[in-house]
Amino acid sequence: MKTRRLAAVAGIAVIGLALAGCSGGSSGGSSGGGDASKGLTSRGPITYVQGKDNSNVVRPLIAKWNSAHPSEKVTFKEQSDQADQQHDDLVQHFQAKDANYDVVDVDVVWTAEFAAKSWLTPLTGKMKIDTSSLLPSTVATATYNKTLFAAPQTSDGGLLYYRSDLVKTPPKTWDEMMSDCSIAKKNGIGCYAGQFAKYEGLTVNASEAINGSGGSILGKDGSTPTVDSSAAKKGLQNLVDAFKDGNIPAEAITYQEEQGRTAFEAGKLLFLRNWPYVYSLAKTDGSSKVKTTFGIAPLPGADGVGASTLGGHNAAISVYSKHKATAHDFLEFLESNETQKFFATQGSLAPVVASLYTDPTLVKQLPYLPTLLTSIQSAVPRPVTPFYPAVTAAIQDNTYAALKGSKTVDEALKDMQAAIKAAG
Amino acid sequence: MIVPTGILLAVVIGYPVVSAVIMSFQKDAGLDKATGLFVAGGFAGLANYSHWFLQQCTTAAGTGPCPPGNIGAVFWESIGNTLFFTVVTVILETVIGVWMAIIMNRNFRGRALVRAAILVPWAIPTAVTAKLWYFIFDYNGILNHVLGTNIIWTAGEWSSRFAIVIADTWKTTPFMALLILAGLQLIPEEVYEAASMDGASTVQRFFRITLPLVRPALMVAVLFRVLDALRMYDLPAILTGGGGGTGNATTTLSILVVQQIRQGFNSASALSTITFLLVFLVAFVFVRFFGANVVQTQAAQQKGELK
Repeated sequence: MKTRRLAAVAGIAVIGLALAGCSGGSSGGSSGGGDASKGLTSRGPITYVQGKDNSNVVRPLIAKWNSAHPSEKVTFKEQSDQADQQHDDLVQHFQAKDANYDVVDVDVVWTAEFAAKSWLTPLTGKMKIDTSSLLPSTVATATYNKTLFAAPQTSDGGLLYYRSDLVKTPPKTWDEMMSDCSIAKKNGIGCYAGQFAKYEGLTVNASEAINGSGGSILGKDGSTPTVDSSAAKKGLQNLVDAFKDGNIPAEAITYQEEQGRTAFEAGKLLFLRNWPYVYSLAKTDGSSKVKTTFGIAPLPGADGVGASTLGGHNAAISVYSKHKATAHDFLEFLESNETQKFFATQGSLAPVVASLYTDPTLVKQLPYLPTLLTSIQSAVPRPVTPFYPAVTAAIQDNTYAALKGSKTVDEALKDMQAAIKAAG
Repeated sequence: MIVPTGILLAVVIGYPVVSAVIMSFQKDAGLDKATGLFVAGGFAGLANYSHWFLQQCTTAAGTGPCPPGNIGAVFWESIGNTLFFTVVTVILETVIGVWMAIIMNRNFRGRALVRAAILVPWAIPTAVTAKLWYFIFDYNGILNHVLGTNIIWTAGEWSSRFAIVIADTWKTTPFMALLILAGLQLIPEEVYEAASMDGASTVQRFFRITLPLVRPALMVAVLFRVLDALRMYDLPAILTGGGGGTGNATTTLSILVVQQIRQGFNSASALSTITFLLVFLVAFVFVRFFGANVVQTQAAQQKGELK
C-alpha cells in the first residue's frame, strides 16, 4: 500500500516535470526570425487588436474599411481599458505565436520591447510605409535599432492649462511661472500641479523637468544613462523646490491625471500640466468652474518652450500574422489623412500627420491644435529601450523619493543613473 | 478513481508549480548588442534567488548590490510590509471577530438581520472595497472632511500602511466572525450553566470555556486569514499603488511579483516561488504546532480529538 502511494506521488512529479519541460524552451522569448518573412504577400481577413474603444472611433473606421475590402475584412478585438493589462495580453498572445493577432496597437513605450523580442514585422522592403508627412518625433517612437517597426497612429503632448482670468499672458519659462505663484497665493489657491503620484505619469513629468532644462535620460546610443548631468539636476531641483516652498501643493504627490483635472476645474489651481483631453472636458463639464476662464499654452522650459514628453500609440504587424499584405494596407489606411482627421474630431486624439495641425476647418473645431503642435514639435520621446519597464521604475522610484524629501536631488540622480544602468 | 484524480492534480496543480520552479533557474532574456534582439538567457543556477535574497544585480560591468530604483532593492522592505500587514490585520480581525461572534451568538431581537448585515463588507469585491476606501482616504475625501485634518493618507509612510490595515480589517473581519460563530454554536449551553453554578465569572467563563472550545474553529479561521494576508495584492495595489513613504511603504510581495513579471519572467518566477515557500512554511507551522487542522479525518473525529 505504501509503495503504491509512493509510486503515485512519483508519477505525478514525473508528469509535472515532463509537462514543465515541454514549455521550458518557449519561455526564452526570442524566436520567429523566420516568421517575419512569411506571408508578406498574402491577403485575407485580419484582426486588429486595441484597448477599449472609449470614444467609439475604431468600430466606424473598421466598418468603412470592411465595406471597401469585402474579401479582406478586419475584425476588431477589444482589450481592457488598463494599459498594463493590454501589455500583458499582447505579451501572452505573442508568446503563444498567435496568428490571430495581426495588427496590434502598441503604446509608444512598448514598441522597442516588442521589436527586440522579434514580435513585430519590420516595416522595410515590401512592408515599407511612407512617413514623410508625419511628425518626426512620432516616427522616432516607432523606430528601434534604426529600423521602423510600427506605424505612428496617434500622438499626444503635454499642455499648460492656466487661469486666464488671473494670469493675462501665460509664462514662457519655469521661472516666470514660479514668479506668478504669488498670484495664486493672493487668491488662496494652489499654484502648479502635474502628475506626481508614483506611476507612469511621474516618469512623464520627471522627464519633462529633466529634458526641459536641457538634460536627458539616455544618451544618443539609447542605452547609456545621462541623468547625472548638471542640467538634469537643475530640472529635478525645480520640481523639488516647488514642492518644498508650496508652489506645488503637498497633496499633488497623490495626483494622477484625473485628480489634477478635478482640482483645476474646481478652480483650486492656477497652472496645470495635463494632456489635451482636459480641454473639452474643462469647457463642457457641468461641475467645471473655469469653463470660460482658462487658456492653454506650451509647457514652460528653462528659457522658452519646454520639452513635453511624447505620448500616443503606434500600430504594428505581428510577425505571426498570416496576411501581412492586408495588414500593411490597413496600416496605411490608419495613417491616411482622412483617418487621422476622424481620430482628431471623433476621439480628440492628436493626429500624427503634421499638416492637419494647421488645417483651418480642423483648428476651428479643435482650437488647441496649434498649441499642441508647438508642444509635440519640441517633444522628447521617452527612452526607446527594450528595458523600458525597468527604466521607468528607476525614474519613478528615485524621483518620488526626491519629491518627498527623503533623498537629496544628487542622491536621487546618482541612484537613478545606477538603476537605469542595472536595467540591462 | 485515484489514478485519474492523480493525473488531474498533476496537471492543474503540479504543472504550474513545477514549471514556475524550473523557470526560476533560468536567466532572463538578455539583449544581443549586435542585433538589438533578445536572446534566451540559459541556465542561471541560483542567480535569481541571490538577486532577491542578497539584492545582487547583474549588469554589463558585473555583479553588485542593486541600486535604489531597481525593484530588487525593494525585496526586504516588501517582506517586512507583508509580514507587518499579516500580523497586524490578523490580530485585529481575530479580536474584533471574536467579539462580534459572541454578540451574534446571543439571543436578541433582529439577530438574523445583524448577521446578514455584518456580511455586507465581505460580500463586496475587494477591488470595489479598495476603490471605496481610496475615496475615503483621498486628500479631498471623506475622512479628512470628517476629522477636519489635512493628512495625505496615501503618501505618508505609516498613514498609508494604516489605511491598508483599516480597509482590510473592515473587509475581512465579518469572515472571521462567521467562522468563529460557527464554532461557538457547537458549544453546548449546559457547559456554561454548569460553570455559573460553580460560580465562574464572565471573564473566567470566556477564558476557561469559550476560548478552549472554540479554538479549533478559531485556528482554521486564523490560518485562512494569514494565508490570504501573505499574498495580499489587490487592496494595496488599488488603494496606494504600493506607494507611500519613500515610495514602497505598502509594496507587498505579490505586488513585487507583478512588477517583476513586466521586467522578466524568470526572476519573477523565483520571487513567486519564494512567496509560495513562505506561505507554505507558515501553513505548515500552523497545522503542525497550533493544530489548525483544516481537513479533519474521520479517525481523529471518532477519537474525540476535536469537539
